[in-house]
Amino acid sequence: MTIHTDLGRSAAAAALLHPRTGGSDGAETTAAGPDPVGSDRPDHRDGSSASTSRLGGIRSLGVGVVTLWLSVIVLLPLAALTVAAFGDGWAGFWEAVTAPAALAALWVTVVVSAGVALLNAVMGTVIAWVLVRDSFPGQRFVNAIIDLPFALPTIVASIVLLSLYGPNSPIGVHLNATRWGLIVALAFVTLPFVVRSVQPVLIEADREVEEAAASLGASNLTTFRRIILPTLAPAILSGTGLAFARAIGEYGSVVLIGGNIPRETQVASQYIQQQIEIDSPQAAAAVSVALLAIAFATLLLLRVVASRSQRREERAP
Amino acid sequence: MITVSNARKQYGTFTALDDVSVEIPRGSLTALLGPSGSGKSTLLRSIAGLEGLDSGVVTIAGRDVTKEPPQRRGIGFVFQHYAAFKHMTVRDNVAFGLSIRKRPKAEIARKVDDLLEIVGLEGFQHRYPAQLSGGQRQRMALARALAVDPEVLLLDEPFGALDAKVRADLRTWLRRLHDEVHVTTVLVTHDQEEALDVSDRIAVLNRGRIEQVGDPVTLYDRPANDFVMGFLGSVATLGDQLVRPHDIVLTRDRAVALAEDAKVPGSPGVIEAVVERVVRLGFEVRVELRADSGERFAAQITRRDAFDLELHTGETVFARAAHRSSVIEIDPALAI
Ligand SMILES: Nc1ncnc2c1ncn2[C@@H]1O[C@H](COP(=O)(O)OP(=O)(O)OP(=O)(O)O)[C@@H](O)[C@H]1O
Ligand SMILES: [Mg+2]
Repeated sequence: MTIHTDLGRSAAAAALLHPRTGGSDGAETTAAGPDPVGSDRPDHRDGSSASTSRLGGIRSLGVGVVTLWLSVIVLLPLAALTVAAFGDGWAGFWEAVTAPAALAALWVTVVVSAGVALLNAVMGTVIAWVLVRDSFPGQRFVNAIIDLPFALPTIVASIVLLSLYGPNSPIGVHLNATRWGLIVALAFVTLPFVVRSVQPVLIEADREVEEAAASLGASNLTTFRRIILPTLAPAILSGTGLAFARAIGEYGSVVLIGGNIPRETQVASQYIQQQIEIDSPQAAAAVSVALLAIAFATLLLLRVVASRSQRREERAP
Repeated sequence: MITVSNARKQYGTFTALDDVSVEIPRGSLTALLGPSGSGKSTLLRSIAGLEGLDSGVVTIAGRDVTKEPPQRRGIGFVFQHYAAFKHMTVRDNVAFGLSIRKRPKAEIARKVDDLLEIVGLEGFQHRYPAQLSGGQRQRMALARALAVDPEVLLLDEPFGALDAKVRADLRTWLRRLHDEVHVTTVLVTHDQEEALDVSDRIAVLNRGRIEQVGDPVTLYDRPANDFVMGFLGSVATLGDQLVRPHDIVLTRDRAVALAEDAKVPGSPGVIEAVVERVVRLGFEVRVELRADSGERFAAQITRRDAFDLELHTGETVFARAAHRSSVIEIDPALAI
């Protein structure tokens, strides 16, 4: 059952590596103002393809290493899992996945994760905006704090949230064993995704484009809706998708505050854990494969959308 | 018509605009010319409302717009780096100002078609900005600005990012466009040749102040001070005065030089100089000279004059300013 948290982690790593990583010093760079080179960067694609073909030997070696590594780390375990899931054939798999408790757990997981992902899409964009465009005391501190959920073991997050919103809540808010508890926990661990994917795009965004819109009569709202949002959309989408993929596999942060109430707050990862405990590994594997399929579909969708918007903006003249 | 009165703008302790007042006549194409950092963009952006003034008044077409945001100033603005809406096609870029005004579809389509034809981008309307050359992008930006029928068109180094050939072409094209459209236009440039070429009026800025405003010929021939003289063309120091190199006449004979010089009132006199180098630049010849005082200067003479004079390195000649040349006394306070 640890496979799911691993899936979540690799998604987290992807988020850090994937977009043009602005790093944590993002907020300071904004002071530089419109960058004359920024808007017309030369295209590196052609040059790099030429040089890789010259280094053909190294490239095939690289491909070999990557294939081997991915096989050992990702593909083989996933294959093994799939084999285990279908140990009792298709019927057995289907039965395990459609068991009412399994379906309920998957449903809770997907609904709560989708809600959290949407929440992130909005709040993450707002936070990124404030970090890049506003200046306020303690901005660097806030900027640094954003990454904390990535650095913190998720079980610690769970304890932190439990001490604030648990049965002994000092502020009288009791979220333990409720779906709100799940949402808060998942929102906590997925906070950085959207912020960190939108931030670098906002930093690089050409302010003159917004000035151009204003000079053409566009109100701030219109400029945001018609000019800024479309520019940010791929980053928001990618951050949201990664947050969703992370949330559906999350275990540590929900294990304490979620309460593990079947049909209410039991998420898929907890259900899997439970199946292992009652010695039903095939059911555990089957639900795992279902989760895997959802995560994979999400990431696939992201790639399609991302490559489409990239094609539109970068088709060479 | 645009008027700017007593505009002041500070960035911290740095004064970007120092009590600037200027009038831009209706229908004119006025260039704001000055060296880098002289405050050209600041002045233009203040007219547009993209920058707020610390004090001063801006009026556009008789309306005080000092407190108005850019949206309500009736301007079109073109940026050096195009500021294209990258996620929209050329057509949608040009239509943007009209579509946010919720004009009828048919009207927008007609107007956009017209503009695309004017800027020569009919065949490119479904492309994205990334699929255009720099010059095409800038023409798109110009069409986009013109689409909203602006009272004034403000251009901040619109050709600055383009190579010399395209620059020159677009400059000529802009002049023709202006003659057709007649919209009051302000063009920021640091290129004196560009300013002299396209504009009917030039305002020269230096260190946040206006040095002189006038038509190109006046500025070139009767510069108000040595800064303007130096910025609009090359200059040579003749005695204690500045003269354009092509206004220097060289003679072998001192008596002839003195006699001719007497006819030029306020001239710097006759300067005896030694030829250091003769450089042939096609139809012109540049003669590099050193005066008695040790001051070096260059004279630009025609090929024929150079032939007649038979100049060689080390020979002595007499230099004087030609009749009716632009001569400016050096003001040490304004030295570049
Ligand atoms: N936001 C700002 N903060 C501080 N100083 C500024 C700012 N904007 C402009 N300045 C300063 O004001 C002065 C005038 O700037 P401006 O952009 O108007 O110059 P310019 O004449 O357009 O020069 P260039 O030809 O290089 O574009 C410069 O010295 C610049 O450093
Ligand atoms: Mg400028």
